Amino acid sequence: MPDGGDNVLDVRGLKTVFRTRGGEVHAVNSVSFHLKRGEVLGVVGESGSGKSVTMMSLLRLLPSPPAEIREGQVMLGGQDLLKISPQALRDVRGAKVGFVFQDPMTSLNPVFTVGNQIMEPLMRHKGMTRTQARQRAADLLELVGISDAANRLNSYPHQYSGGMRQRVMIAIALSCDPDVLIADEPTTALDVTIQAQILELVKGLRQKLGMGVIWITHDLGVIAGIADRVMVMYAGQVVEHGPVRDLFGNPQHPYTRALLKTIPSLTGKRAARLQVIEGQPPIMLSAPNACPFRARCAHAMPVCATQNPPRHAMDGVTLGQGHDVACHWTPEVAYA
Amino acid sequence: MPDAALVQVRDLKMYFPIYSGILRRHTGDVKAVDGVSFDIMAGETLGLVGESGCGKSTVGRALIRLYELTAGSVVIDGEDIGTLAPEALRRKRPTMQMVFQDPQASLNPRRTVAQIIAEPLQEHTSLTPAERMARIHELLDQVGLNRRFASRFPHEFSGGQRQRIGIARALALNPKFIVCDEPIAALDVSIQAQVVNLLEDLQDRLGLTYLFISHDLSMVRHIADRVAVMYLGRIAELSPRDALYDRPLHPYAEALLSAVNEPDPALARRERIVLQGDVPSPANPPKGCNFCTRCPRVMDICRTAKPPLIQVEPGRLVACFLYPQTVPVGSTVGAAFQPTQQGAYT
Repeated sequence: MPDGGDNVLDVRGLKTVFRTRGGEVHAVNSVSFHLKRGEVLGVVGESGSGKSVTMMSLLRLLPSPPAEIREGQVMLGGQDLLKISPQALRDVRGAKVGFVFQDPMTSLNPVFTVGNQIMEPLMRHKGMTRTQARQRAADLLELVGISDAANRLNSYPHQYSGGMRQRVMIAIALSCDPDVLIADEPTTALDVTIQAQILELVKGLRQKLGMGVIWITHDLGVIAGIADRVMVMYAGQVVEHGPVRDLFGNPQHPYTRALLKTIPSLTGKRAARLQVIEGQPPIMLSAPNACPFRARCAHAMPVCATQNPPRHAMDGVTLGQGHDVACHWTPEVAYA
Repeated sequence: MPDAALVQVRDLKMYFPIYSGILRRHTGDVKAVDGVSFDIMAGETLGLVGESGCGKSTVGRALIRLYELTAGSVVIDGEDIGTLAPEALRRKRPTMQMVFQDPQASLNPRRTVAQIIAEPLQEHTSLTPAERMARIHELLDQVGLNRRFASRFPHEFSGGQRQRIGIARALALNPKFIVCDEPIAALDVSIQAQVVNLLEDLQDRLGLTYLFISHDLSMVRHIADRVAVMYLGRIAELSPRDALYDRPLHPYAEALLSAVNEPDPALARRERIVLQGDVPSPANPPKGCNFCTRCPRVMDICRTAKPPLIQVEPGRLVACFLYPQTVPVGSTVGAAFQPTQQGAYT
């Protein structure tokens, strides 16, 4: 696990809402987190829990309207990304922050060659000439494990397989040596054997390049394999956060506990019946003044309906530095 | 305990022709399924796993003849459905049903739940409208949906509930055999468990036989009695569940299992076998063993001949030259499928 280092990214109290005809959807509610150099932060949650919207908000990638970033601060290299001008933001996107989008089939432009698409950020951000950019693009393809890179640059995305396209996305995101790499479900569309290749690749690269990585997924297995710290999101809020071993070994929030129990294991004893979380995730139309998980929670208490629990540290250290949980029912007993 | 095979598949082949050039000449075939044989016992769940493009869904669809077979036979409950005449096939349909992957796409958005579930009943039974409605209510009860939902439309439901509607439709005609083609792949983790539990309950109650197609190896371990691992149109290994997960015999099965991420940091960081390269195209599979281009234990013979699926241990069938080649699986295939453990089938 990488030791400390300063924060490359610090997000505080981020709130994003979508204005829809049915009312305001509170997609991200006071989300705070930080990311250190050389560290992998895993973000887990079901679809609609606000993982992607949070990350898109950081770079103001959401179309507005309907999206609106209400509050918050996103500090990267001494500037607040939510306040800087669109021109300044363009120098951040792709240069200081690399983004790997979920679907490699639709995120690459089908009418440009792969080489062109890797060269574009290099020429835009690094001021390289075509020849320099081409050379660097070939190096990058090599780096992400595509053989015969120099010739492959002339291929179009459709000539690549899914795993290769995903690697091209990673190569583009890495092209300008970003401080932060945000990977939004980068392996969800891939098969397990290809997924294993990508995970090994990113693990190797963050050590080599020392960047901070935010890895979004709904697959707890992937998180267990790659992350140093984990943030569990539910209904647009962070419900639990902590070092990966603490969080998996000693989950505190009833949602995290239930989630870990619903997944059948590949080894160990086979349960006769799978545990389920009854009910559905809430629709976030009302302002969040109650615990969003209470309707599905086995430990719900009267206070859960009147007060949205704040995150509190489990082990006495500063909030965000160790293991913290947002729940009124705290099984301190379990935390031995 | 089941004693007979409900489904017998022998040397099933599904080729999709490629036409090219101005004259649209037949220039090749995508060999989606290239010689697959297995049995499914009455009352058991056979898991079918593999990566995308390995032909697992094609097998599922061919089994209930949603495609015309290229070669081979599929005997379900004593009848070879590959050669049945259209009218006979229509009468056979109620025995075999399918639950599709995408509950959003497999339900007609312009029809109510009642209309969707009623369609097979109208087609295959002579129930009066009142009897039909009673049956629809009974089916909704069975899959855990409120009877009041009968007049609603699919868009009013969540993914998990839609999948329940799809299951109710598949159950409408009291089938014996259901092909579940990735029934949980489109659902969230917390909802997947609900649907899997429902499928298991229905199996217990109605004595159903499932072919459970999935790429989720952990879920297949939970639901299946035996598991077939497919690679590029062929079965690499077919073993009882516990044997396969404890000690996979085929190198591909081994690599596939090792690639799965366990939700436990201690286990997830174990040494894994990372396969290099991509799956070859099924239009142009390797000359020898289909896995020879990526196999970490490849030998010379693997590049020239295709290994037959043979029994290497009681109840375990493997297609690999690493194991002594004895009698290939042919007419005696049934013998290989005798359950080896008491209680393997519940």
